[in-house]
Amino acid sequence: MRRIRAAAAGAVTVSLLTAVTACGGGSSTGGGSNDSPKTLTYWASNQGASIEVDKKVLQPELDKFEKQSGIKVKVEVVPWSDLLNRILTATTSGQGPDVLNIGNTWSASLQATGALLPWDASNFAKIGGKDRFVDSALGSTGAQGKDPAAVPLYSMAYALYYNKKMFADAGIATPPATWDELIADGKKLSKGGKWGLGAEGSNPSENIHHTFVFAKQHGADFFTADGKPDFTSDGTVAAVKQYIDLMAKDKIIAPGNAEYAQNQSVSDFAKGKNAMLLWQSASANLKSQGMSDNAYGIAPVPVQSGTPGTGTNVNSMVAGINLAVFKNSHNLDGATKFVKFMTSDAEQKILNTAYSSIPPVKTAQTDATFNTPANAVLKDTLAKSAAALPQVADESQFETAVGTAVKALFADAAAGRAVTTESVKAELEKAQQQMPAK
Amino acid sequence: MTTTTAASADSGERAVPKDSPGAARGPRRPGRIRRIALPYLLLLPALILELLVHLVPMVIGIFMSFKELTQFYIRDWGTAPWSGFDNYKVSVDFSAPVGEALLHSFLVTVGFTLLSVGLCWLIGTAAAIYMQDTFRGRGLLRALFLVPYALPVYAAVITWVFMFQHDNGLVNHVLHDQLHLIDKPSFWLIGDNSFYALLTVSVWKGWPFAFLIVMAGLQNIPGELYEAAALDGAGLWQQLRRITLPSLRPVNQVLVLVLFLWTFNDFNTPFVLFGRTAPEAADLISVHIYQASFVTWNFGTGSAMSVLLLLFLLVVTGVYLLLTSRGRKTADV
Repeated sequence: MRRIRAAAAGAVTVSLLTAVTACGGGSSTGGGSNDSPKTLTYWASNQGASIEVDKKVLQPELDKFEKQSGIKVKVEVVPWSDLLNRILTATTSGQGPDVLNIGNTWSASLQATGALLPWDASNFAKIGGKDRFVDSALGSTGAQGKDPAAVPLYSMAYALYYNKKMFADAGIATPPATWDELIADGKKLSKGGKWGLGAEGSNPSENIHHTFVFAKQHGADFFTADGKPDFTSDGTVAAVKQYIDLMAKDKIIAPGNAEYAQNQSVSDFAKGKNAMLLWQSASANLKSQGMSDNAYGIAPVPVQSGTPGTGTNVNSMVAGINLAVFKNSHNLDGATKFVKFMTSDAEQKILNTAYSSIPPVKTAQTDATFNTPANAVLKDTLAKSAAALPQVADESQFETAVGTAVKALFADAAAGRAVTTESVKAELEKAQQQMPAK
Repeated sequence: MTTTTAASADSGERAVPKDSPGAARGPRRPGRIRRIALPYLLLLPALILELLVHLVPMVIGIFMSFKELTQFYIRDWGTAPWSGFDNYKVSVDFSAPVGEALLHSFLVTVGFTLLSVGLCWLIGTAAAIYMQDTFRGRGLLRALFLVPYALPVYAAVITWVFMFQHDNGLVNHVLHDQLHLIDKPSFWLIGDNSFYALLTVSVWKGWPFAFLIVMAGLQNIPGELYEAAALDGAGLWQQLRRITLPSLRPVNQVLVLVLFLWTFNDFNTPFVLFGRTAPEAADLISVHIYQASFVTWNFGTGSAMSVLLLLFLLVVTGVYLLLTSRGRKTADV
């Protein structure tokens, strides 16, 4: 008996203690130095179809850099699902890489932690000046009025990918330019186990990207001009509802897509299960899944009416990856050199070709590789009709809160429950209340 | 913990130590001290490690719960401003959104834990009792029962994720296509059904442990008891009620407690099943706190919630141990 009780007490203590240990952490201060000028660690985001693909793309370039500078770069490709957490942990512990990739929408959030090297005029001068970069890409490198927290590396934009054969079979001659046309086409295509459009209902980030564009098209925004969350304005509610309705009311998205979060909709498109896909730079991914380049067409994401442009005709977020340097790097000079190398014209061409993205560097963008019809659409979108996600410190929380609300609404739609203006508003209200109070 | 008074309150016959401090014997004293000190000395490394690994982070966690710790301070969280009890106030203000969500998550967790522990115990006990009798293939079956317990959690839960998928999952295939039990394929990983999906995986994962422990407990019940009972004309049900279950009491006491704590705190299962943001119906408190801390970057509030959870579990465990041991003592008398 006694022993059992002792065992119980022991088990209890250990279990209880572990409950709280989850939130331990360290602290670190201090800036960087040039203590170890011969090595660099680089966390690359997963851009290709797999981590192996990324390593294959990056390694030759890193070898090239080593030859030029004598600095050895240790690369680790981090999957998207882990990246933000890894960066956060590195920020807390101070044990991070020297150079890292960040999703450009996180720029302002990560900038607020103070862990990233600010790109002031003198730092920019070391990599050829701020003017080398496209304005829209620079728009998502940090909060307005502050020195950027990162440098643009790859730019991407959303486009409408459509299956040429399925369109021809359904007698559709041109890709839809407005949402009404997309819904009409989608209805023609949604039959016999095939569907008009694909979506990633359980992926908060995807949900945010799309609802952001819809909100812009309704003349609304998720944040007020002074950076306060504003998720429940009429325009925003209408925007979110319009997106969910593609499944709930228009029934051109398969209900099963409500639980997609691992890019299954891209696979569905590659397999011809969905005729349309709203995606950013999907070409490389589609190719790796066996879909040939001429099997699909690329058109701008539809707008409410007219043609894509600024203001209410925004049809994409400015998507992309930025390159940042940890402030407490032990090889600040080397890190800057590496950023210079990665954003050089030559490397920009090689890397952006490999990832079917667009170079954010103006001179590299003019290269013939990026003038194919597909890239022309993306380039045009980035130049004329893409807008950066709110560059506020709470952006990361916003992605989760609203992205999760949209996920819950998709779950309702998939289960056949009514999605009304009220239910959308209620979910968004809940999301807004979860935002940190100021 | 074990002071003399506690010991005397606990069991009368050991209340008075044979060699009380008053009965010190002069010259042999140093040796005695060494002898008494040695076990503690041997325990010391473990104690120090325990302090480092568990207690220090716990104290840091409590410290953090009194700070306004957001992304602006995580790089050097010592500089975060003190917020007093604000984080606690926000967490327990059940009329405001954060508290309301925490309460909801708490209630979901309580319901989930009760069901999961109950089912694990029931299935585990039934299987163990059934497996008491020797029959051909018993060893194989026993080994098979332990498979869920032996598999790595992550791999096992990922397999469940595949099985629960709406379009290609095995669960819908069996329930809908083969058995025609449901009208149309259901969603298991989103929406309300996610609770049952979580419960299924949790029970599947947890009952072999109950099985293992109860099986070990059954070995200690003398066979003569059953023989005597059978002679007295007791049926199977009576034997179960009057011999098996009372004899398993001390084993069950630990088993239920450990299952309770594990289930209540389970993070891996819901996290692998649903990812960073769980559906509302299956919003277990561990993932909820994770979300509060690491997804919305409100580490202070997350820490406060952790401390509250710790207090709750401490109280429940204390009351449980008190009740079950008192019950046993009266039974012993």
